Amino acid sequence: MISNIIIQIGSFLLVLLACVIPLGRYMAKVYGETPPMQRVFGPIERLIYRLLGIDAKTEMNWKHYAVALLGFNGLGLLLLYGLQRIQVWLPLNPQQLPAISADSAFNTAASFVSNTNWQGYAGETTMSYLTQMLGLTVQNFVSAATGMAVLIGLIRGITRRSSSTIGNFWVDLTRSTLYILLPLALTLSLVLVSQGVVQTFNASQTVELLQPIGNADGQTISQQTIALGPAASQIAIKQLGTNGGGFFNVNSAHPLENPTPLSNLFELLSIVLIPAALCYTFGIMVGDKRQGWAILATMTIILLGFTALAVGAEQAGNPLYQKLGVDDHASALQAGGNMEGKETRFGIVNSALWATVTTAASNGSVNSMHDSYTPLGGLAPMVLMQLGEVVFGGVGSGLYGMLIFAIITVFVAGLMVGRTPEYLGKKIEAFEMKMAALIILIPCVTTLLITAIAVSSDAGKATVFNSGAHGFSEVLYAATSAANNNGSAFAGLGANTPFYNTWLGIAMLVSRFWLIVPTLAIAGGLANKKLIPQSAGTLPTHTPLFVGLLIGVVLIVGALTFIPALALGPIVEHLLMSL
Amino acid sequence: MRTFLRPALAAIIIFSVLTGIIYPALVTVIAQVAFPSQANGSLIEQAGVQRGSALVGQQFDQAGYFWGRLSATGPVPYNAAASSGSNYGPLNPSLAEAVQARIDALKAADPSNQLPIPVDLVTASASGLDPEISPAAASYQVQRVATARGLTPSQIQQLVEQHTSQPTLGILGEPRVNVLQLNMALDQIKALD
Repeated sequence: MISNIIIQIGSFLLVLLACVIPLGRYMAKVYGETPPMQRVFGPIERLIYRLLGIDAKTEMNWKHYAVALLGFNGLGLLLLYGLQRIQVWLPLNPQQLPAISADSAFNTAASFVSNTNWQGYAGETTMSYLTQMLGLTVQNFVSAATGMAVLIGLIRGITRRSSSTIGNFWVDLTRSTLYILLPLALTLSLVLVSQGVVQTFNASQTVELLQPIGNADGQTISQQTIALGPAASQIAIKQLGTNGGGFFNVNSAHPLENPTPLSNLFELLSIVLIPAALCYTFGIMVGDKRQGWAILATMTIILLGFTALAVGAEQAGNPLYQKLGVDDHASALQAGGNMEGKETRFGIVNSALWATVTTAASNGSVNSMHDSYTPLGGLAPMVLMQLGEVVFGGVGSGLYGMLIFAIITVFVAGLMVGRTPEYLGKKIEAFEMKMAALIILIPCVTTLLITAIAVSSDAGKATVFNSGAHGFSEVLYAATSAANNNGSAFAGLGANTPFYNTWLGIAMLVSRFWLIVPTLAIAGGLANKKLIPQSAGTLPTHTPLFVGLLIGVVLIVGALTFIPALALGPIVEHLLMSL
Repeated sequence: MRTFLRPALAAIIIFSVLTGIIYPALVTVIAQVAFPSQANGSLIEQAGVQRGSALVGQQFDQAGYFWGRLSATGPVPYNAAASSGSNYGPLNPSLAEAVQARIDALKAADPSNQLPIPVDLVTASASGLDPEISPAAASYQVQRVATARGLTPSQIQQLVEQHTSQPTLGILGEPRVNVLQLNMALDQIKALD
């Protein structure tokens, strides 16, 4: 069994690391002076700039960059909201699905624009094909590109000296989409179709059951209706863009969304592919690849720790099964463990690995039902989100979040020895620290506040599915997921109510855009500064010592904030289960 | 303000067309040409009748068929128009009831079977549409299916092995048996009365 765990997780890590250098180098060129593959993309890129009516050479200061970003995302929010409200009158709706309610449409629009992709709705019974494509798929692309643009702005802030500008938002948005996301998504979607992921505009397919069954009213059911749709194109970008909103209700657990172990490996890799490669891009752009490797090492170590916890807890299983005489031991013939809410083809290891990867990155797609995890197996994904989605995190947003933690770390280390902290040659001063504190605190406060409101109001408690400590975990998980832009869920919670749609929608917008603005402010502040020469007192930020310090700061901030809340949910549930 | 609104409006339109229309349309065209069966749901046709999808499970509860995972979809199990897991927490009393009910059903259909029941046979899948069970879960049912169909257990076991997929490349994923295809093969050998 141990060997199976090592093989499954090891093959995933090896393929990932093999992709980091080529993709990281390619992305560094894309954001540089002369992007690669000009013959293919150059004409399209120039056409886009002409249609936008912009001069690609004109740069923006951080405030203009932020205004452009917020304007673009604001319009995207309105468009997606509108599209859902009128889908019933629009084409490509073969199941004739009705218009979506105001609160649900707001929640979904906020969710996809903020790169959270929390699904309050069930895809196949709610969204028309047109809404899935023109609404959700579009935001899957541009919300990811927005995150990448902010990251590149921040890196420019770090590398430039005495500069008032941090780049051009339209250029960064266009290049992220055109050069990186589109080619990767096109390739991945075709790989997924080859494995059996559906891609069609036909309506659902009705088939004759091999064995007719009786329903609750005593009638005989002899047919099965299989939902289809243009799924592969959306699934590819939902994985690559750390979006996570599935085509079908059960997301990548659905056999037509993730049919084979091979499709599972590709989808899993795609979750962390760009966030991991961006670390290498960062190393190239700051002129010291060791800096990128140090960040990547930090992320990988934290991820592996929580993966071990989740796989161990799920494989150990639920004492209930042995009490009832069920065989839950792992063997060559079965995965064993806690198989409730898991698919046979993925077993325990690939389910628990996915659960931690999707929450370390702010993806939030699932290939098993987290609500049915053992208490500690469910705690691992919850904590990974509560760390602020900086362990790989969202495309762009994960790395800029981790760089903020790096700034906090040099500050803490500076306090210990009484020196002004510096990061990559830039002095870290009061303004940067205030902004960094905001960025760390906003998601924490939002998570705890919304959990408190939900568990102390009737509307919040009304749709909790499981009772007791697990019910509290459902609410805490939902607030955590929304306030950290993840999007996965303990799906038993009935979240498609005006209460949750509104509160979680607000949480997603706040912790996306209220973090982006201070991040850009830091970028602008750092760009303005002069480079200070390294001295004997400079803390090197590429060493194992720094990696250790950074891991410590990330874990301690998370632990101090959330242990009391976790004690009321998964921890007490774990104690109850072992009684 | 105009300097920001014009590009913002143009950008949302351009990227909607590029990623919301051209991209999915292009993927659909290539998929339909290169992988027509997979792109349309991997459907299994038999004598002109669509019998199901190779990737989507169906409900079986007769002794002569292999049974799949429990399915938590509503209003009937294996409703492929509305996928769903049970979402039962590990201490939820409904979970214990569902497991116990499945154990009772398995024992009622095969009273002489004293083997321990494999865990995937008493738990609900994540999608409610899991097409597969573990080889252990198939082995557990061989004797029952053989008796109900008047075949020998070794005939059935051989069929199970033919329908067992090993981990991809020997390392990825878990070994598993496709229940619908196995049951169709059973019907081919000897139809159920």
